[in-house]
Amino acid sequence: MSQPSVLILRAPGTNCDQETAFAFERAGGTTNFVHINQLIESPRLLLDSQILCLPGGFSYGDDIAAGRILASQLQSKLAASINQFHAAGKLILGICNGFQILIKSGFLLPPDDEGLPATLTWNDSGRFLATWVNLKTENDKCVFLQGIDQLYLPIAHAEGKFVPRNQAVLEALQSNQQLVLKYCRPGGLNGHVPYPHNPNGSTAQVAGLCDVTGRIFGLMPHPERHIDPTQHPRWTREGLAEVGEGLAIFQNAVRFFD
Amino acid sequence: MTHGILSSATRDSANLPATTTLWQIDIRPVAGQPDRIAEKMLAGACDWQLPTSLRLIASRGFLIQGTLDLAAVKQISRGLLVEPVVEQSQVARIGDESLAVPLALHHNLVYVLPLPGVTDPEAESALLAMQNLGYDVGAVRTYRKYWVSPLPDQQLELLCSKVLCNNSIEMIVRGPLELNELQLGRPYEFQRTVIPLCEFSDEQLVEISRQRQLSLSLIEMQTIREHFRALDREPTDIELETLAQTWSEHCSHKTLAGRIAYRDGQTERTFDNLLKETIFAATLQIRQDLGAGDWCVSVFADNAGIVRFDDIFNVAFKVETHNRPSALEPYGGANTGIGGVIRDTLGTGMGAKPICSTTVFCFAPPTTPHDQLPPGVMHPHMIMQGVVAGVRDYGNRMGIPTVNGAVYFDPRYVGNPLVFCGNVGLVPRDKSFKEPQPHDLIVSIGGKTGRDGIHGATFSSAELTEDSDIMSGGAVQIGNAITEKMLMDVMLQARDLNLYTAVTDCGAGGYSSAVGEMGEKIGAEVWLDRVPLKYQGLSYTEIWISEAQERMVFSVPESNWEIFRDLCQAESVVATVIGQFKPTGQLELKYGNESVGKLSMKFMHDGRPRVIRAAEFVPQPMTKLSVNSLGSNSTPDWNHDLLKILGSLNVASKHWIIRQYDHEVQGGSVLKPLVGIDNDGPGDAAVVRPVLNSRRGLAISCGMNPYFGDLDPYHMATSSIDEAIRNCVAVGADPQRIAILDNFCWGHTDRPSTLGSLVRAAIACHDLAIELQTPFISGKDSLHNEFSYTDANGNRQSISIPATLLISALGQVPDVRNCVSMDFKTAGNLIYQVGRTKAELGGSHWSIVNQGTGGQVPTVDAKSAKQIFTAVHFAINAGLIRSCHDLSEGGLAVAVAEMAFAGGLGATLNLDPIPTCANQVLVNSFETEMPSLVSLFAESNSRFLVEVTPANQLEFETAMQSVACYLIGAVAPDSQLRISDKTGILVDLPVTDLKAAWKSPLDWK
Repeated sequence: MSQPSVLILRAPGTNCDQETAFAFERAGGTTNFVHINQLIESPRLLLDSQILCLPGGFSYGDDIAAGRILASQLQSKLAASINQFHAAGKLILGICNGFQILIKSGFLLPPDDEGLPATLTWNDSGRFLATWVNLKTENDKCVFLQGIDQLYLPIAHAEGKFVPRNQAVLEALQSNQQLVLKYCRPGGLNGHVPYPHNPNGSTAQVAGLCDVTGRIFGLMPHPERHIDPTQHPRWTREGLAEVGEGLAIFQNAVRFFD
Repeated sequence: MTHGILSSATRDSANLPATTTLWQIDIRPVAGQPDRIAEKMLAGACDWQLPTSLRLIASRGFLIQGTLDLAAVKQISRGLLVEPVVEQSQVARIGDESLAVPLALHHNLVYVLPLPGVTDPEAESALLAMQNLGYDVGAVRTYRKYWVSPLPDQQLELLCSKVLCNNSIEMIVRGPLELNELQLGRPYEFQRTVIPLCEFSDEQLVEISRQRQLSLSLIEMQTIREHFRALDREPTDIELETLAQTWSEHCSHKTLAGRIAYRDGQTERTFDNLLKETIFAATLQIRQDLGAGDWCVSVFADNAGIVRFDDIFNVAFKVETHNRPSALEPYGGANTGIGGVIRDTLGTGMGAKPICSTTVFCFAPPTTPHDQLPPGVMHPHMIMQGVVAGVRDYGNRMGIPTVNGAVYFDPRYVGNPLVFCGNVGLVPRDKSFKEPQPHDLIVSIGGKTGRDGIHGATFSSAELTEDSDIMSGGAVQIGNAITEKMLMDVMLQARDLNLYTAVTDCGAGGYSSAVGEMGEKIGAEVWLDRVPLKYQGLSYTEIWISEAQERMVFSVPESNWEIFRDLCQAESVVATVIGQFKPTGQLELKYGNESVGKLSMKFMHDGRPRVIRAAEFVPQPMTKLSVNSLGSNSTPDWNHDLLKILGSLNVASKHWIIRQYDHEVQGGSVLKPLVGIDNDGPGDAAVVRPVLNSRRGLAISCGMNPYFGDLDPYHMATSSIDEAIRNCVAVGADPQRIAILDNFCWGHTDRPSTLGSLVRAAIACHDLAIELQTPFISGKDSLHNEFSYTDANGNRQSISIPATLLISALGQVPDVRNCVSMDFKTAGNLIYQVGRTKAELGGSHWSIVNQGTGGQVPTVDAKSAKQIFTAVHFAINAGLIRSCHDLSEGGLAVAVAEMAFAGGLGATLNLDPIPTCANQVLVNSFETEMPSLVSLFAESNSRFLVEVTPANQLEFETAMQSVACYLIGAVAPDSQLRISDKTGILVDLPVTDLKAAWKSPLDWK
């Protein structure tokens, strides 16, 4: 199949849907927007799509906690359909608020008897922060990160600090190679990564992670905000690249269905 | 105790079943996780110098009322409300002892709850989520709970009233909560209220206006009395309120659009309508001059001004003020401010899609000691934090990037902080106008109506006093961004389906203004009993004038109603028919079958008496600049002065604010507010690319200078215009396509001298706009910005803000790939100053940091300004300029320092090529250094500092032939800033020191 179709889920407070659709189309996909009410009414809409994307924003105002309400809605109303979608070998991407939703709904890291293994909570600064970060991929487990070594992308969030329930959880994710994207210092240097390079104090500098299959991916940074070279904060100094670095993530998703 | 009406989130107003229980859920961090609420409050306590030994343990929490057993509530808590990895919770029936067991021996228990009628978005969302999960929940309310370490009662009182609680939206409960139920409002018993005033004396009329907070003058009340005498009947309360709203300063701008007799010593002039004859007139003139090339579309007509963008879209721009609410409740004031101006753009034409926002603030210095604050005002540090958080939380949730702004500090803003919120929107060219049709339905969508913001319009037209927070609490509101986001999502779909003929936002005056404006040319009948309410008990008048947020009014042809309604329902947006436009020329207000009000549209809109106001401008004799901070040692230390200016609050880095705003959502960001090698240099203007597959961009900037206004409002106005334009030009905007907006914030304009300074500024706007061919397309004023109080000696005092004119500019960039930023790029490149430096240090930052007075205020030479803007734009487009920065606060020295540290490079300058005449400047020190002082720190207008590669030197200099342009140095490889002239070395500093001085003052944690 040449042009996979991307279902971009909208909910009250979703606000990165347009530019995310634009990114997928630039990468060669076709997109359609589906409102959560509509999807709950007819979950079969998922059948026609190859990629499910939860874009950034403030679903339901991030009231109670970021992504919490939409997460519980997906859990209670759409769990079966989404698991089926995933079991069919399709892809799920959550960006920023979408990542928070995938974590808090348990689709990315399924709950055990003690509940959810990890969460995304308040930045160490206790504030919303909009800035650019250096990122390094850890392995090639994740479909969306194939062939990518480093990325320079913006973040814009208040609740992006990755916190596992305990050390055991962290080690398990580590050894399963699920901690695929990490904040690093300029030039890809990891090891000790202080603020602001690790902008929120994430445990193990985690910026994004994938499920055991590598086909569900969530990340706090915004790849859809670095598609065009003029989005780079220093293009007037460093010149215009051909494309923005974030595009590769969407291209990987589309190519997966070649 | 009873808390009256529930603050928000009630399922319906039906009585609850007997089995209903009221549960309380306390939620706080688990051990090892920070207690952020407590940390924030303790930081606030510092402003009031409470003991450092003070300790707090904070919980957030929910009161949940429903037919639920403990198990169910625990499920809700675990499954929905608590983040188990980082939080713990305590669940119990309200009043249960377990909730009152002190933590860590902190025995003072304090609850903070939203006041009845105040929006509680989190409670609304939580209620909805619980109901979606199938729980039988009737009402939810949030609260914060504090255990406070032992504290003397007086200090505990201070902590509660000044830090933990804002009594204009919240209330304190000391000790355990003793609520039996979250009341759902009381049933409303209809009663038609008539206000007999036909026989009233003038004194009684004045009294009625005061009692009912109508803010109507005697002559206005007399006019109303005569009108109803002629009708041979008494008015109802709602008729009186409607007139008060429609005639309010806020809605009708009776002062600026009014008659004014003006004199300024030389000339005398009478205006029949000040705005029409100055600012509008200039735009009219410019459009005539442009002829076929006229690119203005809709000016001073709609909620925002509209100009051409490309073949498909026009662009709308509006900047609003939201000062008074922000003084009482900074967070709510600022977030309803940004929410309101976004609705202005949405309500422009058939609806413009918001693409970016701007914010400009004026505060007293956040460092002001609390014992120097007049009674009844909030600490400026707290106001600033609240305002920024308010804009952040609303703007970010709307998904609209906040890309440009400025902050000014002056002690005179202590009781009247100023909050300007702007929004830019794209509207298809064929949807730029609207026309409601007779028999269209009047449809309201979005938020429900509560008592929020009653008398906001009349309140914002009155003066603040130390009692305002008590008297006018009703005028303060909290917004709910998501309600507005949902509204925006459906309305843009409805727009593209052509489902309605007109739209406007519900701003000041609520439905009374919205329906009144839309129906002005037709007539309207409104069915107030159909308006969906947050809780029962509102009278028909409260429904009519409520300023509940996130509501918009549409004019929908009957044939489209069902599609329109279904579209809204599909995304859970409430849409209600509340009336119909009927071709009667009358506004008829009904509640059920009862007619409660009937006014002729003509009297509403043209009936207001037009008084003549006196305005006098008394020119101050030009005094020489004198500084007194140099002490005995009169040898200047330019290094010291430069560092001092960079570290002054107006100039210092605003990254603490900017980084809290999402300035890149929507993916159109081209030039960000912070630029340079470390992404932290102060850009001149933001550039956005609103259409993702197009190269065309918009540049947004502003100009403001209250300090010049203290010397001469005329030159303040022209300087602000020049600054806004040159900021736009500096990044690559076409000077022939810049549109500007005015926002006048003044003191008491009933005082002829105050009104006089405003008139003089308006005349300046007219004059320079025409000379530069730069049209004003929209504006907004806010008058009577004075704070009055009784001082310690029992004397009445009044603090007026400085005359403050904000000019906002909207520029256009044909191809964003030609944009330039202000950071130095490469060592060895040449540095030019474009534009002439004059001995203009009056109101300059050099003067401010040296406590200077007097001096020549910067003026604008329109002819050379125009040539310079054109030449610089040509050079930028031709790719001849690597970096460009405008010269403003702090003059050349500050500009070159900023370019250097933004680029991580040094610079070596010699200022001798810059001609300066230094006469008329200083009296009391170092006359001989005058030329150096002037060229370093003068704030003359229309100047740029540009970086040019040696390869482009010739071409650049040719391009600058017709304008003043001086080669003054080069970018240096080492990071040292060296400035000299014939008198020797003036400045010699490491760039890192300059950056530190600039970055540290507002680098808040």
